[in-house]
Amino acid sequence: MNALKNNLFKRQDLINYGLLAILLVLILPLTLDIFRLNLVGKYLSYAFVAVGLVLCWGYGGILSLGQGVFFGIGGYAMAMFLKLEASSPEATAIQSTPGIPDFMDWNQLTALPWFWEPFHSLGFTTLAILFVAPLFAFIVAVAMFKRRVGGVYFAIITQAIAAILTILIIGQQGYTGGVNGITDLRTLMGWDIRTDSAKYILYFFCVAMLFACLLLAHLVLKSKLGRLLVAIRDREDRVRFSGYDVSSFKIFVFCFAAMLSAIGGAMFTLQVGFMSPTLVGIVPSIEMVIFCALGGRLSIIGAVYGALLVNAAKTTMSEAFPELWLFAMGALFIGVVLAFPNGLAGLYQTLLQKVKERRAAAAAQKTPATPAIAPRNATSDPEPAQGIGVPSQS
Amino acid sequence: MFADYSSSELLAIFAMQGFAGLSLFSIFVLMALGLAIIFGQMGVINMAHGEFMILGAYMTYLTSNLFEALMPGLYGAYFIVAMVVAFVSAGALGALVEWAMIRRLYHRPLDTLLATWGLSLILQQCYRSIFGAREVGVSLPDWLMGSVAVTDMIEIPINGLFVMVLTLLIAAGVYYLMYRSNWGGQVRAVVQNRPMAGAVGINTGKVDRMTFALGCGIAGVAGSAFTMIGSTGPTSGQLYIVDTFLVVVFGGAASLLGTIASAFTISQAQSTMEFFLSGSMAKVLTLLVVVGILMLRPQGLFSLKIRR
Repeated sequence: MNALKNNLFKRQDLINYGLLAILLVLILPLTLDIFRLNLVGKYLSYAFVAVGLVLCWGYGGILSLGQGVFFGIGGYAMAMFLKLEASSPEATAIQSTPGIPDFMDWNQLTALPWFWEPFHSLGFTTLAILFVAPLFAFIVAVAMFKRRVGGVYFAIITQAIAAILTILIIGQQGYTGGVNGITDLRTLMGWDIRTDSAKYILYFFCVAMLFACLLLAHLVLKSKLGRLLVAIRDREDRVRFSGYDVSSFKIFVFCFAAMLSAIGGAMFTLQVGFMSPTLVGIVPSIEMVIFCALGGRLSIIGAVYGALLVNAAKTTMSEAFPELWLFAMGALFIGVVLAFPNGLAGLYQTLLQKVKERRAAAAAQKTPATPAIAPRNATSDPEPAQGIGVPSQS
Repeated sequence: MFADYSSSELLAIFAMQGFAGLSLFSIFVLMALGLAIIFGQMGVINMAHGEFMILGAYMTYLTSNLFEALMPGLYGAYFIVAMVVAFVSAGALGALVEWAMIRRLYHRPLDTLLATWGLSLILQQCYRSIFGAREVGVSLPDWLMGSVAVTDMIEIPINGLFVMVLTLLIAAGVYYLMYRSNWGGQVRAVVQNRPMAGAVGINTGKVDRMTFALGCGIAGVAGSAFTMIGSTGPTSGQLYIVDTFLVVVFGGAASLLGTIASAFTISQAQSTMEFFLSGSMAKVLTLLVVVGILMLRPQGLFSLKIRR
């Protein structure tokens, strides 16, 4: 136990988290105006999903192409609450049925559907954000993993689920706002979320939540559970023969990733002020995978940088050269997969390793007894990279 | 939902929707045959499969324009030529992609998914730059127009019949190639044990390339057939990719017969329900049922019984 405690945060981990914190809490807020900072906040809401994907794809080996579904569940739960608050009978007096959201009125609904009712309460909404997505993930995961379906099949099924949910949301306009989504969100418990000061507060709230989630993910990875996940990814049969119930671990990590995604979705709605099916479907779900792949599929901090970089590039490029953006995105997918399977974090890790070796060589000249780096099994993947995206001093 | 119709009307509705579904069925089968080869046999997840199909559709469009401009007298024959052009161009692109990208990724199936998704984005943007963002359509030659009246309530469009016959011919051809020809034996040998296949003298790299190209070529033919039932846009292919993967998985990935059966089930269910429900709900219900069945029976409808 003591050894575990000492290993929980290595010095390098602390430096990496510190650098990320300095970037998000000091550098970006001080250098960017509120419009850009709000955009960064939006990118960070995707980072939640990317962190979840590091856990379930990078470590668990489960590629889910349906993370948008969970992002959407969290986002829609939040949006439903905010929309109900924005559609008080006074604010919607001009509608033929005051007191229901405007899109329902446009679709000739005359009463609030039953599943909207509980979203009057913030407590229920919070619970829904935290637990509906994991519950849904649990159902899917139990059905799949207990039957030992994994890998490619799981990816295809989750992708189909993302497609189904998008078609459903778009088709059921009266209940969901259709293709436009739920828009025109105004206040949270009477607090106007559209003002600049609210955007600042929400940004810092998002950063705080992100660090809380990173910490949770870090704890999961450093625990025995994290080691088991890696073992399952590399040699599932051997772990099963050792007496572990492999599927339970997979179910857990998939549900955990779903919960992170849902929190990200809620953060998105709060900061951007709408939620729409374009964030749920197949395309955004796969894009979320590339955030994680670019950052490094084995690094939770890398995933944050991946989400930031890809989205920043997307915004800049689609503003400047809209027709080039898809080329760049496509090239990014191919390039990352072919050239850098461990993403930016992998590059950072190699850089650190080189610096360390040089130092060790320098130290070896003074003191002969240098602890050697533990030999690794040649077949296993490299040590989980806990690096961050941008190369910096060590 | 059936109560408003008399039984003879219901029969006619089912028959008409059934034949309407056959066009969808043909597209599904052709798309899925290509995918069943690439995914079922080679284990590569080709997310750009829809874009290969659309390449075929654009080639058909180009060929029809060419015939219209240069030899209007032979316009009736353009479709046959277009299918060959579509097959060759999609197959050639497939071989190129296999050489440049896929062959480096055979041991990482999930990564082929991401890389081919990137490829599909690039291809979509290429189509948009070359052919424009607007959808294009082709006009059918005269001999494919019109319909056969079976009874006074049931009419079958000729182009649907033609596409279906074509589909069945191609399916039979693929079956022969994969399971009866020497080449198919090589493909299956490479899939089962690559080093061993290489050791007995099979050129595994070449077999891989030809297999991938064949799958892509069939997708190109699917694109030709697609021009008969819909107009072609840069992103039309993406709409079909999820359905196609479900068709393949639902049928049991390695079984051609299963692929055809599941394409038939899915397209017919969707088409019949479309008459009674809205199009989107029909699709949602179909996909839900398929996903539900796959959760209960992950190996698909027709699975090979092999020990693992």
